Amino acid sequence: MAHPAHAEHVHHDHHPAGIGRWLFSTNHKDIGTMYLVLAMIGGIVGGLLSMGMRAELMEPGMQVFGNPEVFNVFVTAHGLIMVFFMVMPATMGGFGNWMVPLMIGAPDMAFPRLNNISFWLVAAAFCLLVTSLFMPGPPGTNGVGGGWTIYAPLSTKGTPGPAMDFAILALHLAGASSILGAINFITTIFNMRAPGMTLHKMPLFVWSVLVTAFLLLLSLPVLAGAITMLLTDRNFGTAFFDSAHGGDPLLWQHLFWFFGHPEVYILIIPGFGMVSQIVSTFSKKPIFGYLGMAYAMVAIGVIGFVVWAHHMYAAGISVNTQAYFVFATMVIAVPTGVKIFSWIATMWGGSLTFRAPMLWALGFIFLFTIGGVTGVVLSNAGVDRSFHDTYYVVAHFHYVLSLGAVFSLFGAWYYWFPKMYGYMYSEAIAKWHFWLMFIGANLTFFPQHFLGLAGMPRRYADYPDVYAGWNFISSIGSYLSFAGFIAFLFGIFYAFARKQHAAANPWGAGATTLEWTVPSPAPFHTFETLPRIK
Amino acid sequence: MAICNRMKTAFAAAASFALCGGAHAKEGVGMAEPWQLGFQTAVTPIMEQINSFHTYVTIIITLIALFVLALLIYVMVRYNERANPQPSRATHNTALEIAWTVIPVLILVAIAIPSFRLLFAQYDFPKADLHITATGSQWYWSYEYPDHGITFDSIMVPDADLKEGQPRLLTVDREVVVPVGKNVIVGLKSNDVIHDWAVPAFGVKLDAVPGRLQSTWFRAEREGIYYGQCSELCGRNHAFMPIAVRVVSEQEFNDWLGKTKAASAKDDPRYLAAAKE
Repeated sequence: MAHPAHAEHVHHDHHPAGIGRWLFSTNHKDIGTMYLVLAMIGGIVGGLLSMGMRAELMEPGMQVFGNPEVFNVFVTAHGLIMVFFMVMPATMGGFGNWMVPLMIGAPDMAFPRLNNISFWLVAAAFCLLVTSLFMPGPPGTNGVGGGWTIYAPLSTKGTPGPAMDFAILALHLAGASSILGAINFITTIFNMRAPGMTLHKMPLFVWSVLVTAFLLLLSLPVLAGAITMLLTDRNFGTAFFDSAHGGDPLLWQHLFWFFGHPEVYILIIPGFGMVSQIVSTFSKKPIFGYLGMAYAMVAIGVIGFVVWAHHMYAAGISVNTQAYFVFATMVIAVPTGVKIFSWIATMWGGSLTFRAPMLWALGFIFLFTIGGVTGVVLSNAGVDRSFHDTYYVVAHFHYVLSLGAVFSLFGAWYYWFPKMYGYMYSEAIAKWHFWLMFIGANLTFFPQHFLGLAGMPRRYADYPDVYAGWNFISSIGSYLSFAGFIAFLFGIFYAFARKQHAAANPWGAGATTLEWTVPSPAPFHTFETLPRIK
Repeated sequence: MAICNRMKTAFAAAASFALCGGAHAKEGVGMAEPWQLGFQTAVTPIMEQINSFHTYVTIIITLIALFVLALLIYVMVRYNERANPQPSRATHNTALEIAWTVIPVLILVAIAIPSFRLLFAQYDFPKADLHITATGSQWYWSYEYPDHGITFDSIMVPDADLKEGQPRLLTVDREVVVPVGKNVIVGLKSNDVIHDWAVPAFGVKLDAVPGRLQSTWFRAEREGIYYGQCSELCGRNHAFMPIAVRVVSEQEFNDWLGKTKAASAKDDPRYLAAAKE
């Protein structure tokens, strides 16, 4: 796989081969690659689940699933897999591992063995979650059908089978993996920057990983505590969430969303970083308002911890509590706006080239804006009364995640692919991939705003016939997106088969970060002599 | 050409719908229409307020999204490699950065003021004319009229038993009946997992949480039948426990009360148990 010119260099290093290279890997690049492969498998599984859902919803009535609970299982698994086993492994584990040491001029991560266990924990977690699909869950059905939010008491009394315990253990392992990974990133970024690289000279992607690592470190222990309480409620007779014995189901919601809201920023903030690198590179201009961009991410991260109950406006929390959460949630729009306008200002006066990564970044900026402004609508408890648990919410969070986070991931993939694997991707296939997904995802999710306005509740296996029209369009759109995803997979195969070697810096003058100073593919060991940053 | 024209009509319809929000549903039938783009027609003052607030915010966010789109298209045209081969190095403009921080704050304030007015209006409970309690169970709703001694279950009518004109998945065997123009306080309880009692045309949505009694209220201003669906994932038949509220005149309501009280007293297992003793 290595470029012939570097093969000689590589042989001088300690370079384990065979299965040991991967199983016992302590190399941030190999671990990053393993995370990316895991994320792709997660994406394929999660994507197929969503195809099942859209096939069922294409027409009113039950066609694909005989049992509506199986539909709920698909909904739940789609959510959990896309969050924990697709986006998170790709952003932090994959690109974070690969690029943070390269971008700060460090030889590797601070704790290479911790890095290894982080990966294998998440791999084990994924196996547990997939196993849960085949274990008895709700009465008469296999799997977990409680939604990714696993609200008690549906997740306690409502799901007697062991599938839920498997899912809880899967989340425990994935959470432990992320906490260890977060510690690793924080330590690496604080202690291993090359001489002269102050915090305020770090590339924005590294800033985004740093902010995300803090969010992980502070929010995941809360999830771990909450799911432990769920586990003991289920198996050991405690009653944290059981109102019949002095507990409260709303306690679960507060704990879950105290984790869950920072979690959605965990999914998107690394995307902010990737888009910043891409926009700057393909505009041939430094980032506009660098400090504002960095501290906007910090601000989003901090505020993200004090807005959780905007997910609970319909749960029956008091009106004054709702008023506070309306106010706090709206504040997030300000740093988010700073980011959007700074990206545009970066391009302003630039010299733009529209290579595939830039297309994804431009798509991200516009579609994230749409998801952002519908978020402002939803922040208002008064109008959320109508939108809560409808397809408007589904449309909103897919605009920020499926068309936001995922677009940034594909942009980052094409941007760093030449660096990671030494080959150029096919621009034509990448553009097919982009346009299929852009059209497909918009066709899927834009009509869902209308469905939500008209009152269609989410997580429904069947719906009144009046909602048939937009559901049909939405399903057609999702098939197009999936075709785009196949183009993506084919593009990977094609790039490795074609073997068109990439230069150390394939992007030209705009690519100024340190990863472009090492050869492509990045050799097994980099920066054994630390670079000096002026 | 024909497709072009149809698209144009669709867009015009979309624009007008998105702006006025309401749909032209059949009078007195509270459910969505095929291809509906906006909210269901409001029949309570609160839903009207939600509707006008939503229209206001939607105009603002549409303008913001179009502004961002216009900027993006402008930079793509004006600053692409061919049009602008020599990039500038500008990275700061303090005035601009202050502007794009302060202006969004002002916009948010302009949204927040009517938003808080709406929120507090929703929780400004009026003096009750009628109390009802809705209890969620897997997978149906039960209703109680505590002041009239009426209780009954309301179960979805399966597809095979639907009569002509009854909507699928929304029709129930026994509807909640309330008088028009009266303040109805709805208490919500649950027997098992969390359910959610929602009627879009009323602007009402509240979770039924085990161990809690929570309340919401509505005042339906037009007679008719208004449908809603369970809005909190509650298991296998989550999609099959609809809510149907029939709003009738005071006279019809009193007739219904009389008839139902007699029937309810006969069916009610508690009444039967008491009678045996």
